[in-house]
Amino acid sequence: MDLLFKALADPGRRTLLDRLHANDGQTLGELCRHLDMTRQGVTQHLAVLEAANLVAVQRRGREKLHFLNPVPLQDIYERWICKFERPRLVALRDLKRRLEDGGRGATRTKGGKR
Amino acid sequence: MSATDRSTFVYVIFIRTTPERLWAALTDPKFVRQYWFDMTVECAWTKGSPWRLVGADGSLTDTGEILEVDPPRRMVIRWLNEWKPELKAEGPSRCTIQLEPVDAAVKLTITHEIDRRESRFITAVSGGWPRILSNLKSLLETGAIATTSHPGH
Repeated sequence: MDLLFKALADPGRRTLLDRLHANDGQTLGELCRHLDMTRQGVTQHLAVLEAANLVAVQRRGREKLHFLNPVPLQDIYERWICKFERPRLVALRDLKRRLEDGGRGATRTKGGKR
Repeated sequence: MSATDRSTFVYVIFIRTTPERLWAALTDPKFVRQYWFDMTVECAWTKGSPWRLVGADGSLTDTGEILEVDPPRRMVIRWLNEWKPELKAEGPSRCTIQLEPVDAAVKLTITHEIDRRESRFITAVSGGWPRILSNLKSLLETGAIATTSHPGH
């Protein structure tokens, strides 16, 4: 998790992730093309992203392609969003149920469990 | 073919287990069901054998064939969606599953690709893989899964 947050804590690296999200599987040259960074800077940022497992590198022939790996972001979602959001969602569901039951009796279940 | 004529997603996860245990977790239908949204996988896991994914309600969601298999290191599945006509119309995709031991863990790499640009099928599966892999990791490392909801439900 430390490596992950450290990797995300830099605007240049977040830009690189955005670039890969828009167009996945790019070479270093392609990534450098539209960025205001030196090739060396991009290389260093990619190394940090790879260490955090946010970027996966695959070889295709002579080319080295960089892919965005979303799996660690899922971990952040589960650890830092999902867990904190769940009580509010449950509270909202209970409120809805109470209001619907109170207004119309206990027969309406529209929009309930799916 | 250049990479731009393809749609590719790559998923990498490190799981503290052995390649043998992870291979079993990927191929044992009872185990798969626990982390793959109640889906059942049907396959003999030999080269050329048919591969099928069946939903909890018994509906056939995906079909295919094992193109390569090298336990506990690598397998390649020809994968065709059967669930939505517009996804099936895109034709078969390839899913490569690679296991590499790294220190006390296994690096699991899933590469899912199809020979067309901006594939809707590849986008559709992209929502599912991170959750499936996250569940698989939790199950192997702690014995419990993190999320149970299927994307789109």
